[in-house]
Amino acid sequence: MQGQDITKELIRDHGLNEEEYQKILNILGREPTLTELGIFSVMWSEHCSYKSSRTLLATLPTKAPWVIQGPGENAGVIALDDTWALVFKMESHNHPSYIEPKQGAATGVGGILRDIFTMGARPIASMDSLRFGDLDNPHNRYLLDGVVEGIAWYGNCIGVPTVAGEVSFNPCYDGNPLVNAFNLGVVKKDKIFKAQATGIGNPVIYVGSKTGRDGIHGATMASEEFSEDSQEKRPTVQVGDPFTEKLLLEACLEVFQHDWVLGIQDMGAAGLTCSSSEMAAHGGTGVEIDLELVPQREEGMTPYEIMLSESQERMLLVARKGTEDKVISVFKKWGLDAVVIGRVSGDGMLRVKVGSETVAEIPAQALTDDTPCYMRPQKDPGKRRRIRDNHSLFWLKEKGDISDPTYALKALISHPTVASKEGIWRQYDHMVRINTVVLPGSDAAVVRIKGTNKAVALSCDCNPHYCFLNPYEGAKQAVAEAARNVACSGAMPKAITNCLNFGNPEKPEVMWEFAQAVKGMGDACRTLETPVTGGNVSFYNETNGKGIMPTPTIGMVGILENLEWVVTQGFKTEGDLVAVLGETKGHMGGSLYNWSLQGVLEGGPPPVDLEKEHRLHQLLVELAKNKLISSAHDTSEGGLAVCLSECCISSPDLLGAEIMLDEIELETIPLLFGEDQGRVVISYLPANHDDIADLCERHQIPINTIGEVSGSTLSIQTRDHHLNLPVATLRELWRTSLFNLMHWEIPAE
Amino acid sequence: MRYRVTVTLREGILDPQGKAVKGALENLGFEGVDRVRVGKVIDLTLSEGDLETVHEICKKLLVNPVIEDYQIETLEE
Amino acid sequence: MKFGVVVFPGSNCDHDCHYVLSEVLGQDVEYIWHQEDSLKGVDCIILPGGFSYGDYLRAGAIARFSPVMAKVKEFANSGGLVLGICNGFQILLESGLLPGAMLRNRNLQFICQYVNVVVERDDTPFTMLAEKGQVLRIPIAHMEGNYVPPEGGVGGLENRGCVLLRYSSPEGDVSPEWNPNGSAGNIAGICNERGNVAAMMPHPERCAESIMKTQDGRLIFQSVIAYLEERKTKAS
Repeated sequence: MQGQDITKELIRDHGLNEEEYQKILNILGREPTLTELGIFSVMWSEHCSYKSSRTLLATLPTKAPWVIQGPGENAGVIALDDTWALVFKMESHNHPSYIEPKQGAATGVGGILRDIFTMGARPIASMDSLRFGDLDNPHNRYLLDGVVEGIAWYGNCIGVPTVAGEVSFNPCYDGNPLVNAFNLGVVKKDKIFKAQATGIGNPVIYVGSKTGRDGIHGATMASEEFSEDSQEKRPTVQVGDPFTEKLLLEACLEVFQHDWVLGIQDMGAAGLTCSSSEMAAHGGTGVEIDLELVPQREEGMTPYEIMLSESQERMLLVARKGTEDKVISVFKKWGLDAVVIGRVSGDGMLRVKVGSETVAEIPAQALTDDTPCYMRPQKDPGKRRRIRDNHSLFWLKEKGDISDPTYALKALISHPTVASKEGIWRQYDHMVRINTVVLPGSDAAVVRIKGTNKAVALSCDCNPHYCFLNPYEGAKQAVAEAARNVACSGAMPKAITNCLNFGNPEKPEVMWEFAQAVKGMGDACRTLETPVTGGNVSFYNETNGKGIMPTPTIGMVGILENLEWVVTQGFKTEGDLVAVLGETKGHMGGSLYNWSLQGVLEGGPPPVDLEKEHRLHQLLVELAKNKLISSAHDTSEGGLAVCLSECCISSPDLLGAEIMLDEIELETIPLLFGEDQGRVVISYLPANHDDIADLCERHQIPINTIGEVSGSTLSIQTRDHHLNLPVATLRELWRTSLFNLMHWEIPAE
Repeated sequence: MRYRVTVTLREGILDPQGKAVKGALENLGFEGVDRVRVGKVIDLTLSEGDLETVHEICKKLLVNPVIEDYQIETLEE
Repeated sequence: MKFGVVVFPGSNCDHDCHYVLSEVLGQDVEYIWHQEDSLKGVDCIILPGGFSYGDYLRAGAIARFSPVMAKVKEFANSGGLVLGICNGFQILLESGLLPGAMLRNRNLQFICQYVNVVVERDDTPFTMLAEKGQVLRIPIAHMEGNYVPPEGGVGGLENRGCVLLRYSSPEGDVSPEWNPNGSAGNIAGICNERGNVAAMMPHPERCAESIMKTQDGRLIFQSVIAYLEERKTKAS
């Protein structure tokens, strides 16, 4: 093996430091070839190796009796029943989406889908958590437009519904938009496939699209900060082909029905390099491949380029010897390339050849397990101060008196973080596969599982303002809210996946935020019995030295034991009583009211009592199971007033309510807009009151009846104010706000 | 031989993409853009066949005559 | 009755149509792979929604050349029932079995939402259980549903009785504000003059069960079943 001189510049350009290069020399006992240097560079990048986060992530709870597969595979797996399992994961595609929003977001969706069907599962539901800077900046509108178009294009074409998500806005995401894509699939428990190369001599088969020069060094790009000239990096962004992925999906699921395939891994970040070395390492074997056999789209590709290409819609699989022709014929039927490019070996090496010449020979373990690992220094930045005084009130047509609760409610309901996301989700096919029982716009999406009477409930959540003020409490809250959303639909929260989006981990303050968030998430997951089954970490979300607020997005999966128990958030019947579960204390720290109307982000976020939260979720499931409630809706951003408004707005008949809060000893503003956690607004037939009160007592959750569903106006009486707003007015403000901000045509209803 | 096929929407057919581009240009301050039509370009390299073949290809697959027109340009080798 | 659901590369509502016909309505259903040249003796062919061949050239443009489409044409010409839904509509247009063409939606976005459609003909096999003027609430989900009529325009289609469904208000008003995609004459569904080939942009299979927002889509499939049963009774 010989070739180009490995200079200091070359090593630095590959993002490796001196210590890391020394480690490479020790592993190989010689200088690496250029191809090897490239392989180490991507496998040891932050994106693939988790070198800054691994030690902390190891503290997260990952086990429960229903967890079949925790972190370490392409996706996590939990049991649905005796036969079926749920496979799910969330992954970020932040950096590519900033550079080219449509393709970046599209390939994010494509990547997460492959993670799911690689495990043998049929993907049935997607969600996306998106964050952008304020929409008064045209570039942010351009990014949102492109990202949504990309998600829609890829998901719609492949025929997997996008059923839920969240979108929120803060100037910290100017230049650092976040695109976190989640997918869930279903698989028979005894048909789960893993990324492992087993059986020495078995064929290694390349399937899917041909390899081109797409996205070379994408994984390294995701591990660097951005600067002004990042726009120049466009060529490294991959282009998605959802049609080919649809064929790949169907072909893989068809092949999996037989006992031909022993292991499979998709080629995502770091492409052929990552898939071959991981399969070798996980299988405890080795893999030898010949690059001359790899289907190529472009001429004259070097081994370096072939190994590092991130061309999309490709898979590497290991089949039982003798079945390769059958495997290949299925892929051919679907019009896809499928070629034996190598064999499983027994020497633990990833060996890459071009014909008879060896161009790389590296112990697979060195690429996947014995990678660099850092405990980076942490520093508590101290109490967060008021960070912005003149936040642009861009969603308000005119400024009014913010101490007027009617004005404040109208403003909050029109705030893009709260307002209807219809303009976004109507671009997503959210109904294909005909399982979407609760359509987008509720606390959680509910997706039935055909062949059972069960459903899954999905929600993704994170409040970056809370995480900024206190990353420990903020991360706890993200898990609690996601679980609460799922429980509101009647489902029991079961497990999470996550995307941990942070700034530059080499900054001690950022590392501290990360460590705190992981601790908070771990504590919440332990108490709420929702283990972490996988996810990803996205560091370096910084542009020109300006980083994002800590954003640990939680993707929660809950199981609704019986589809008939499903509960939605809108009021249903006139005369139903309205009650709040949980306590209202008027906590304003980190609230949307403070931020959006006063430009103030300070104080502590509302604390979460995890034990109480856990009891609340169990209570909600009991209430649903016993069919005692007509609706349930989580109280989050904008507090009680926004929550009640949403219950009216989501009511199929646009029912209003008469609410009396004058017995609560609080000022009107904190009473209506405080964001105390652990609260849910329910409505129910008066005849059910005693049964509900009994259950609340049993679960030690306070219940406070505050009024009844009536008429077509939301009327709220506090000690010193009276609000009276027609539901139609609230709905109009809520529904049209985002359409107007985005300059989109508003459809007739 | 290499040929370039340009497919555009027929006269009189509303072109939603063209309309959007025209609107965007107006917003960007380009005055005097009276009309924008968006089409697509398909480059073909033939080892067999001639201009007549390209016309056949267009009529058979590349163009929907209900809404589209096309032009063929012969490119330099 | 026996239904055939054609599977093109990129079809993605094939499973949904199959599920509703077999699991919900208890019919015999077969998938028909696009390479096949037999329709397996079915009574009605469904061309399902999706993105056949990625819709990369024009929606439906490539699928029409699949071997199975020659058989579908023969079947249609001999009076067999053919229903195209969404991408199936686009394929039927491209293949010339129905007149007109599709453009991208007026707002250039994919649109997935429930819409109201008013039934214009209640004497076809696909709508015989509905009443003229009845409003159905059915979801659409497409990027290219902006229908362009052939020469003669919407008036020509009306004269030949080819307009089946129109986008409308909940009360059946077909004014332009209820048009989601820019389609000429608010057209959401058409049929041929003989009435045995029909196509619609709305997805009846998405609202055919009690757990869905509406069950109006059942009416379409049940009409077909009722028609076929009636035809069978007459024949015997």
